[in-house]
Amino acid sequence: MNAGIQESSNLTGGQKLAVKYYTVAVVLFVAQILFGLLSGLKYLQPDFLYEVLDFNVTRMVHINAMIVWMLFGFMGAIYWLVEEESETELVGLKLGNLAFWVLTSAVTVVVLVYLFVQVGPAEMSTIWFIGEGREYIEAPRWADIGIVICLLVFMYNIAATFMKGKWSGISGVLVLDLVALAGLYVAGMYYTPNISMDQYWWWWVVHLWVEATWEVLVGCIMAWGLIKTLGANRKIVTTWLYIEVALMLGAGILGLGHHYFWIGTPEYWLGIGGFFSALEPVPLVAMVVHAVYDSGVHGSKNSNHPALAWLIAHAFGNFFGGGVWGFMHTLPQINLYTHGTQWTTSHGHLAFFGAYATINIAMFYIALQRWRGNVYMSAGLPGNGWKWKWALSLLCTGVVGMTMALLVSGYEQAFVERALGGSTWAAYFEAQRGTWYVQGMYWRQIFGYVTAAGLVLLIWDLLTIGLREKRSMVVPTDHVVVTA
Amino acid sequence: MNSVWWASEDFWRKMAVWLTAVMTVVLILLTFDTVKQITAGSERVPAYSAINHRIYYRFDSSRNMQVPVIGDSAPLFGTSLSEEDAEALVSKGKLTTQAKNCMNCHTLLGNGAYYAPDLTKAWLDPAWGSEAAREQLMVNFLLDPHTNARGYGTGRKMPNLGITEEEAHGVVAFLKWMSTIDTNGFPRNFTPISQEGDR
Repeated sequence: MNAGIQESSNLTGGQKLAVKYYTVAVVLFVAQILFGLLSGLKYLQPDFLYEVLDFNVTRMVHINAMIVWMLFGFMGAIYWLVEEESETELVGLKLGNLAFWVLTSAVTVVVLVYLFVQVGPAEMSTIWFIGEGREYIEAPRWADIGIVICLLVFMYNIAATFMKGKWSGISGVLVLDLVALAGLYVAGMYYTPNISMDQYWWWWVVHLWVEATWEVLVGCIMAWGLIKTLGANRKIVTTWLYIEVALMLGAGILGLGHHYFWIGTPEYWLGIGGFFSALEPVPLVAMVVHAVYDSGVHGSKNSNHPALAWLIAHAFGNFFGGGVWGFMHTLPQINLYTHGTQWTTSHGHLAFFGAYATINIAMFYIALQRWRGNVYMSAGLPGNGWKWKWALSLLCTGVVGMTMALLVSGYEQAFVERALGGSTWAAYFEAQRGTWYVQGMYWRQIFGYVTAAGLVLLIWDLLTIGLREKRSMVVPTDHVVVTA
Repeated sequence: MNSVWWASEDFWRKMAVWLTAVMTVVLILLTFDTVKQITAGSERVPAYSAINHRIYYRFDSSRNMQVPVIGDSAPLFGTSLSEEDAEALVSKGKLTTQAKNCMNCHTLLGNGAYYAPDLTKAWLDPAWGSEAAREQLMVNFLLDPHTNARGYGTGRKMPNLGITEEEAHGVVAFLKWMSTIDTNGFPRNFTPISQEGDR
């Protein structure tokens, strides 16, 4: 293995494929931030690119690029770990590569159509070839079918590799989760004039992906990541994973009910959704305890400082973004006033970043370490590792800043538009003109630029870390540090 | 290591499987009931032909919330439609909202983006001024959002999305029908347009 230079001979077949997924993920991460900045700017300068790239287009690209880069990141992470975990070679490397190119081409075409065609006539042909106009799953139907086929190929590749090699607790949970992930997406491929029915099934995809199957997926990646970076004990990590799955799905499946308060669905969802979604933070607390405890017992001695820092950021980000920010407005008595306001945006920004961006970035660092020849990435990197530390600080400060700014706007909107104004259009606009609301929007934009600066630095670090490094990786051991 | 049963790997594996299975079964059972209750033509989600009637709200003190009421005959655009024709028109409108990507600026039933106002009660919004002028004003706005811009001093304007007259009629029908859905009192304290026959 050649250390200090980037060599693909350092990687296995599955890992080379993973690196392709990671590359596209980073490109889409850039697109997410760019279109997020454009969307935020429109609140301050509504005429900016008016009728060229309107808010509905920039915001759609912002959220779609996010969903897809995270998904590419997860797929990359799983291709990365599958051969090591199963102790055998990937069964369908060619098929995996083909699916990667098909998926990447499809995503490119979809984004180009979003940007240059934008909208279509009210015909089913628009749904099939331009976009479905349903938040998060706007991709046209042809692309939906392509996505499901690529996910099935992916699932086959992973499951068959484990079947050929060795199963573990982590891989068992992972494969079952992938079955649910692919299956649930089908619930979104559906047209009905009935908006209540539409949104009922739409949430099966959106909620049961991001608040159930994705959470389990990152639980698996986290478990593997802790073994990898800290040398954490597999039995303990696996037990924690089961605890998380039990609590996550025990609360999260019926927690779906918090989306069924106001869409025409029966009143019993107020009680069911409120109760179970209030329990959703519990597994996220478990994750924090688990990550911090594992780091502590190993005296934070680890093979990859940036990766471990991002794993810890994930544990806290998931708990605060998903758990605390979700809980704040999940009870129906509060949600009645906050549903459909900037509260949701505040929660969305912190949760998606905290739960999913962080762990993907951690995996990027784990991959780079090996790609550059299992180089040293512990304490005392050149320049004291300033690039990764500043990238982490800027990204976290940027996102937390946006979250706080949006929360101020959200509070103002809930009070002025909902509680005082009677939720009319006049009340909506009165809230939008409010000083505190507008200030929130300015601060959101400023912190958006901070986030973008963090991303630039992150990419610079990803391109350079470990190059010319001659020391080799600290091998983590399952050695528990005992202090008196 | 596994000195206590509640900390053992085996116990939590079983818990993970059983909790997931039980919750999935409960969700599926609830889905059967919910789908029945939200099928168009039910009490909570009325038939599409509700657009032939006046829609208003009444405060239901037992539920402590406003509930939609389907009142006397008040056909949309002056023509009373059969159930099939009403469904076709509402469907045209729903498809328009998807084809024009309305949901990435507006919210519908509170879901979507927050750059433009919620459309759940658009049909009953006092912004339309008078009940008599409402449907035409809505069509005019959709066809030519530049001339009929309503930004209330925020500078935000709806772009011209190339909506046809047929699509605009569909959207108005869809919005009128959406206002009949029982949303458990969301949004709270909504103040509707004043209509003849209000009580």
